[in-house]
Amino acid sequence: MIAELGLAALWLAAALAALQLVAGALGLTARGAVLGTIVRPVAVVQGVLTLLSFAALMALFWQTDLSVKLVAANSHSAKPMLYKLAGAWGNHEGSMLLWVTIMGLAGSTVALVERRLPERTMLATLAGQAFVSLGFYAFLLLSSNPFERLNPAAPEGQGLNPLLQDPGLAFHPPTLYIGYVGLSVAFSFAIGALITREVGPAFARTMRPWVLGSWVFLTLGIVAGSYWAYYELGWGGWWFWDPVENASLMPWLAATALLHSVSVLAARNALRTWTMMLAVVAFSMSMVGTFLVRSGILTSVHAFAVDPERGSFILALLLINIGGALALFGLRAGTVTEGERFAMTSREGALVFNNVMLSAILGIVLLGTLYPLLAEAFGAQVSVGPPYFNPMGAVFVVPMLVVMGIGPLLRWRRDSLARVRLSVIVPLVLMLIAGIVLAMQGVAVLPLLGIALAAGLVVAAFLPLRGRKLRQVKLPLWGMVVAHFGVAVSLFGMACDSAYTTEKLVALREGDTVAVGPWQIDLVVIEPVAGPNWTALQATLSARYDGGSAVKLQPQSRSFWTPPQQTSESALETRWNGQLYAVLGERGEDGRWQLRLWWKPFVTMIWYGGILIALGGLLALIGRVLSDLRRGIARDKIAYRKLRQGR
Amino acid sequence: MSEFVKPKHQRLVLVLIALIALIGAGLLAAWALRNQASYFYVPADMMANPPEPDRAVRLGGMVEAGSIRTAADGVTIQFVVGDGKERVPVSFKGLAPDLFQENSGVVAEGKLAANGTFVADNLLAKHDEKYVPREMKDMTEAQARAAVAETQ
Amino acid sequence: MNDPVPSVPPKAPRWALWLPLVLFGGFVVLVLFGLLRPAEREVRSKMIGKPMPEFSLQPAVADRPGFARADMATGQPRLLNIFASWCIPCAVEAPQLLALKQAGVQIDGVAIRDQREDVEAFLARHGNPFARIGADNVSAIQFAIGSSGVPESFVIDGKGVIRYQHIGEIRPEHVPVILEKMKEAGR
Repeated sequence: MIAELGLAALWLAAALAALQLVAGALGLTARGAVLGTIVRPVAVVQGVLTLLSFAALMALFWQTDLSVKLVAANSHSAKPMLYKLAGAWGNHEGSMLLWVTIMGLAGSTVALVERRLPERTMLATLAGQAFVSLGFYAFLLLSSNPFERLNPAAPEGQGLNPLLQDPGLAFHPPTLYIGYVGLSVAFSFAIGALITREVGPAFARTMRPWVLGSWVFLTLGIVAGSYWAYYELGWGGWWFWDPVENASLMPWLAATALLHSVSVLAARNALRTWTMMLAVVAFSMSMVGTFLVRSGILTSVHAFAVDPERGSFILALLLINIGGALALFGLRAGTVTEGERFAMTSREGALVFNNVMLSAILGIVLLGTLYPLLAEAFGAQVSVGPPYFNPMGAVFVVPMLVVMGIGPLLRWRRDSLARVRLSVIVPLVLMLIAGIVLAMQGVAVLPLLGIALAAGLVVAAFLPLRGRKLRQVKLPLWGMVVAHFGVAVSLFGMACDSAYTTEKLVALREGDTVAVGPWQIDLVVIEPVAGPNWTALQATLSARYDGGSAVKLQPQSRSFWTPPQQTSESALETRWNGQLYAVLGERGEDGRWQLRLWWKPFVTMIWYGGILIALGGLLALIGRVLSDLRRGIARDKIAYRKLRQGR
Repeated sequence: MSEFVKPKHQRLVLVLIALIALIGAGLLAAWALRNQASYFYVPADMMANPPEPDRAVRLGGMVEAGSIRTAADGVTIQFVVGDGKERVPVSFKGLAPDLFQENSGVVAEGKLAANGTFVADNLLAKHDEKYVPREMKDMTEAQARAAVAETQ
Repeated sequence: MNDPVPSVPPKAPRWALWLPLVLFGGFVVLVLFGLLRPAEREVRSKMIGKPMPEFSLQPAVADRPGFARADMATGQPRLLNIFASWCIPCAVEAPQLLALKQAGVQIDGVAIRDQREDVEAFLARHGNPFARIGADNVSAIQFAIGSSGVPESFVIDGKGVIRYQHIGEIRPEHVPVILEKMKEAGR
């Protein structure tokens, strides 16, 4: 019954999306203007219906209703409740339903709160949003119905895969999806503005919170994904340039560029066309990423159930949405009037530079990700990895970060480097000292550049606060400072990891000792342990940092039976200045056990930095929303006063 | 450049700068990809047309029965990868993946050393959650490539 | 800076505005190639047309015997189905196997990396179309006949020669194909 209710709500929501599209489009014409008035209520109801549908799916997973195919395939009565619920979106059908639900709710929010834009632009935006949603509804209802029944019901679910029972994995997809869908709102705004040619600061201010919000979620998603791969894969690395990772990085790069260009548009009414294009590109990258991951045309170390048929469907959606949007862009962008001008040495100029660099990095990542496919078209099998991505990325990241340090100090419109030269002396000197010291240590080029840059940026990030009263600094400025500081912290972690990591690969007997960096590690004992559906061999290591007190690490090598699978559970010991990472391998014929150990100084800074970046975005978002609210209240007051005077 | 660019030129200049930067990035990427992409070899290819010594490539094939030897340090293994036509000795220092075993498919990432041994720094033997791995006997070239489609 | 809004849009390089669409077109062509490329993901067995290799399997459940190579050459074509209780597509194909049995096909099953209770529960639930069921806990027979996954089905003729391989679950539309292949194998 619940399943049928959920399905009915979904069909109804799809019908309302169609209505929203038609009414929105007709509402733009002179004769259909009256139809335009129903668009906002329809959008709100559509959002409520998608929420209802998703709630129905959650309820089915809550009850472990095994007469529903999706539940039977992905859940199990013995699963902990958290993972039962997470199972609702931990699969293709459920994740697509989550996607349309977030999209429906976003549409409702836009329809409810957004009053700043001309009504015609709003109609076009909501119609655009409905158009994009319709594609996903069709996908769900025609080819991946999450509410499909199983007759007869299964006696027990199939989804007890313990590998997927991980809190990181439970919340990772929704985080990324919120980010992707937020970008769909920016996309719809861009479509609306292109249709009505109303591009300006008001438009940018309307779009900015959505971009900020989705950027925060994308950042968190990438940070979580990276940490998950780090501790789960047991390879000691934190980024593998794997297609699945690139698929989440590309929208983030585009969103970062968009975030900065939309600020220029809001503050200075410049970069109109460019911002439009980025809004389209950012959402395109979300869809391209989803497509690449789901279609299976690129294979990856992260196991994903792939299905070429679904891939074709997403490709068709891509073609219609993105192809259509880019064609509209080609037709209309030329007629959007040019914005304000600025000198090259100015805040705008620095932001343009940052945008171009981000776009170049995006291009590099996209090309590297697609190259295996391209090579295959010519009959060669290749894979592309760090030897390509790392130096190519650095070519553009390094100048971008240098400008990131200086740009926020420049004035809008026009400025001269001479004016800010005194401010940047401290970070520059720091960079130089760090560079020289590291060069004497014999650190390789890329990590050296990274640490030196990070040292400079840590100071430079706070320079925009100089000469201001800290209590009067507005939240968005704090946001920028915190985010830029986070970039420096993260960069420091990455560079330290590649410069100073020490690795040991040894075969030990119980009682043997090995040294890794400053650590002394004893292999105390290896013993079998058993979990709910696995058995494992567990090593107990006793580790001393620099002769200090001993800590215990217990890496395991686990064997699962349903489905039959072996995994390595790495063990981590975190200190303020780094992490010790241990993986247990196999037992050799001579009775010794293989152990792989890393000492990774400051590696945790990578993720702390990432969290700071997201926090910066959050501060900016809160600041913008608060000031929008204040402005809205003031406007209402004026309107109210006028009303009273009129009476 | 503290002067404003002429009004009607600003957009053109910006577009041109962006285009030059992006095309530059594209060309640079194309050049780097030609040099850095790691090609896939099966033993027969590798014998007929060996890769340059410093070039990172992948070698895919079957681990020959009885060929796995562990060195005295306990963590270096040596084995032979074959495709039914040719055989390549491989040495690998590290933790072998769980599904690495004799008579099953493997993809090794690494470089071909001057002495003809393939020095691997990573071994892949992946499998999907819902299917048993594509382990095959008598792997032909086409089959090796197909196996790689999964492990790549 | 307060220029009047120009009556004619400024001469922006219009061609540049179409570049993103052109690049996107290139992307679509590339991935279309990827999608339409012949599905090499499926690994065809080299053993088709060859006799079954030597093997002998213990029974996987109490009420059906195991079998060995000699049991395959009965003079009648048989269908060899590789399955596992932990494999979801295997449950999907169960009704089709029952239908094939109804149509008179002799089916032998091989349970891959499975346990007796699990197989029994699976068969109780999805029906048991098998005349014999062997247990293969090390995927030995899979290697031997060139099967790369579960489920897979092989048509074996009366002399024990492998005639046809079906990869993945048997869906309703595949049943006539299998029946046709069985008939060919019986000739």
